[in-house]
Amino acid sequence: MNQKIYFGELKATKGEIHIIRDRCKGCGFCVEYCPKDVLALSDEFNIKGYHPPFVENEDNCVYCQLCENICPEFAIFVTKKEEEDVEKG
Amino acid sequence: MKKVKADPKGVLTGAHYLDGDFALAEGALAAGCRFFGGYPITPSTETAERFSERIPRVGGIFIQMEDELGSIASLIGAVWGGKKAMTVTSGPGFSLMMENIGLACMMETPLVIANVQRGGPSTGLPTLTGQQDMMQAKFGSHGDYEIIALSPDSPQECFDLTIEAFNLSETYRVPTFIMTDECVGHMHEKVVIPPADEIELVERKWYTGPKEAYLPYKPDKDLVPFMIKAGDGYRFHTTGLTHDERGYPVINAECQKVNVTNIIEKIRKNADKIIKIEEDQIDGAEVVLISYGITSRVAVRAVRLAREAGIKVGTMRLITVWPFPEKRIKELAPKIKAFIIPEVNYGQMVREVERSAAGKTQVFGVPHCGGWVHNPEDILNVIKEAVK
Amino acid sequence: MNDEARQKNPIEHLLRMDRIPHIWCPGCGIGTVVTSFAEALRKSNIELDKIAVVSGIGCTGRVAGYIKLDSFHTTHGRAIPFATGLKLANPELKVVVFSGDGDIFGIGGNHFIHAARRNMDLTVICVNNFNYAMTGGQVAATTPTDANASTAPYGNFEQPFSIPYLADAAGASYVARWTALHLRRVTKSIQEGMDKNGFSLIEVITPCVTLYARRNRLGDGLNLLKYYYDKSEIKHGADTRDLDISYQGKLIVGKFIDRERPNFIDAMNQHMSTVLGDDYELYGRINND
Repeated sequence: MNQKIYFGELKATKGEIHIIRDRCKGCGFCVEYCPKDVLALSDEFNIKGYHPPFVENEDNCVYCQLCENICPEFAIFVTKKEEEDVEKG
Repeated sequence: MKKVKADPKGVLTGAHYLDGDFALAEGALAAGCRFFGGYPITPSTETAERFSERIPRVGGIFIQMEDELGSIASLIGAVWGGKKAMTVTSGPGFSLMMENIGLACMMETPLVIANVQRGGPSTGLPTLTGQQDMMQAKFGSHGDYEIIALSPDSPQECFDLTIEAFNLSETYRVPTFIMTDECVGHMHEKVVIPPADEIELVERKWYTGPKEAYLPYKPDKDLVPFMIKAGDGYRFHTTGLTHDERGYPVINAECQKVNVTNIIEKIRKNADKIIKIEEDQIDGAEVVLISYGITSRVAVRAVRLAREAGIKVGTMRLITVWPFPEKRIKELAPKIKAFIIPEVNYGQMVREVERSAAGKTQVFGVPHCGGWVHNPEDILNVIKEAVK
Repeated sequence: MNDEARQKNPIEHLLRMDRIPHIWCPGCGIGTVVTSFAEALRKSNIELDKIAVVSGIGCTGRVAGYIKLDSFHTTHGRAIPFATGLKLANPELKVVVFSGDGDIFGIGGNHFIHAARRNMDLTVICVNNFNYAMTGGQVAATTPTDANASTAPYGNFEQPFSIPYLADAAGASYVARWTALHLRRVTKSIQEGMDKNGFSLIEVITPCVTLYARRNRLGDGLNLLKYYYDKSEIKHGADTRDLDISYQGKLIVGKFIDRERPNFIDAMNQHMSTVLGDDYELYGRINND
C-alpha cells in the first residue's frame, strides 16, 4: 500500500486567528486549550485592564476553531486560510 | 384602535341559564380568548371546567397548570405567542399570581384574570363570599404600576364585562381583572348572549410598519406601544427589568422614570375613557351610596327602605373599580352630606372614597368580614346615621 | 473572504452586539455555553425567526438578553411555564429555555417536572454552576454535599438533585449532561434536543469562578476546566440513578435518555380527535400564514 495514493495531495488546513482584544477578559481558556499552542497571553493590557492573548505561532494553527468555541467573550475567531493565502505566507 | 366583530365560532348566541363562573368563560370565548391556563380553586373552578369543555371545540388551548405561578406565566407566554388569554382564580391563587402580574405590567402584556373572591385571609372561607382582594388587585404586586379592574354584579355582567375586560386589556396593553365574588360566581341567572356580529372586539395593537424601525416599548400617541408576536421575524427582546424603548435592560434612575411613568400614565391619562359607573338619583341627594359587585344588589333594598323613610339617597355603582373614579367623587363631595360605602371587607375601597372626598364630606364605611353579604338593615342604619 | 467578514466573529449575527460585553465574570463559562448554543443555531436547519429563547432570573437568566432571536427575560423560576404558553399559543415556534440550576431546579422545580411529564415540546438548556451566583454564591439545590456556600458557611449537608435522574423520572424525552468544556458535544446535544419532538434537557456544568470556586478555594476558571477534564467520563446511556455529583468527584457525562413519546400537542390532538371526532379541529397544524 502506498499512502501517497490516498493522502499525498492533502495539506493540513490552516487558520488565521482574529482576536478582538478589547472584548477579552483574560480567562486564558483559549491559550490553555489550543491543541497546537498557537496562542499566548500578552503582557499588555487591553482597554478593560485584562491581558488578551496574542498569536505566537500562527503557522501551527490547523483551523480547529477550539479557541473560537471556548471563548466566553466571543472575542476570538478563526478564518480558514485559502491556499493562496497559505502560499503567500 | 381597530375594532372587529367576534368570531361566531366562540359565541354561544341565545338565552341561557348560567352561573357567573360559566358566564365568565362564555364571555372570554366570545371575546376571542383561545388560551386558558389555570389551576383549580374554589369558588372559581367552574370557569376552568367550562373552558376545558368548550375551548377544544373552538380551536383553543386549555391547560391545567401545576400551580397559579405557572398559570399566569403561561398566559404571558401565550399572549406573546399571539393568543388572547385568560385565567381565573380566587384569593390564595391570586396571591400566588402577584409577581407575574408585575411582569405582565412591565412587559405591557394584555391578559385577563378573573378573581372570584372568597373570604380571607389565608385559606379563609373557600366556599363563602368576600370582597377582600380589592386593594390587592391594585397594589398586590411590588412596585408602582396601574391595572384595570371591573366588578360585575350578575352572571349577565360576568359575560358582558369579560368582553369589556378583553377590549380594555388590548386597548391599553395592561392586565385587566374581573373582580367578582363567590355569590355572583355561583349565582344562576338568565344570560343573553348576542349574535357574534353584535359583539365588538378591540383588535390587538399590532405593529405594521417596517421591521427595522420597530421598537417594542416606544409609546404611541395614546402612550400605548405597538405589539408584535414571537415568530414574526422581529427578533425582539422583552424583560421584566427596567428597560428602554428597545426592550433592553437599563438599570438606572433615568430609565426607570421613563419606563414607570409610561406604564402608569397610559392608564391615568386615559382614565376618563376607561371608567364606567352607574348612577341613580344623584341630583339633590343628601347622601350617596357607593357599591360594587354583589354588595350593589344587597344595597338596593337598603336604599329603597331609606327612600321610603324620606331620605334622599343617590347611588353610584362602580363597574370599573380601578382606575378609581376619583374625579367624580371629588365633584360630588361638597354637594352631599355623606358617602356610604358598604363592602364585604373590613374597609378597602372606602379609603379611596375618603382620599378622593378629601375632607369635603363625611365618609362612612359599612364593613363586613365576609362569609355572607350585608343585612340591608345594617346599611340602612348607617344611612340614617349619616343624615342625622 | 472580504475584510468585513474577517473582522466579525461568525456568531455575531446571533448576538445582540449592542449589549456586548456581557455581564459575566472573567472565567465564567456561561459565555462558552452561549457560543455552543450559537453554533447549534448555525448548524441547525430550523428557521431562526421561528426560534424563541426564554430565560428566568440569575446569571444564566441573562442569556435571553444577549441572543438575537425573539427572546424573553421572565421572572425567577417561571421560564418553563412562560415557554409552555408561548409554545402552545404558537406551535410553529421552537422554544428554547436557557436558564440556570437555581432558576429551573430550585424555585422553578415544580414547573420542570410537570413540563417533562407532559412532554412539552421545549428544549431546556440548564447551566449548572452549583450555586446561586447572581446573588452572591448561596447554597442551591445542586450544590454538592460538603461544598461551601455563602449561606452554607459550615459546608452543605443537604443532598443535591441529580438533574438527569430527575428529568428521566419526570418523563423527559431527551436528557444529556456535559461540562462547558465539552464544546462540540454541547452543540450536538442542543441540536439533537431542538430536533427532538418533545421535552429535552441538556445540563451543562459550568465554572463559577467568582463565587463557587473562590469560596471553595478551587482556583480560577482554568482550574475548574481542568477538574472537568480530569474527572469527567463519557458514558452514553448510563443509568440515571448513577449520576450523582459529589464534591470535586467524578462527573459522568453523556447522552442518557433519547426516547420517543407523544408530546403534549400530539397527545392532545390524538386524544381529542378520537373522543370528539369531527367536532375537533387538529390544533397547531392549521395554517402557516
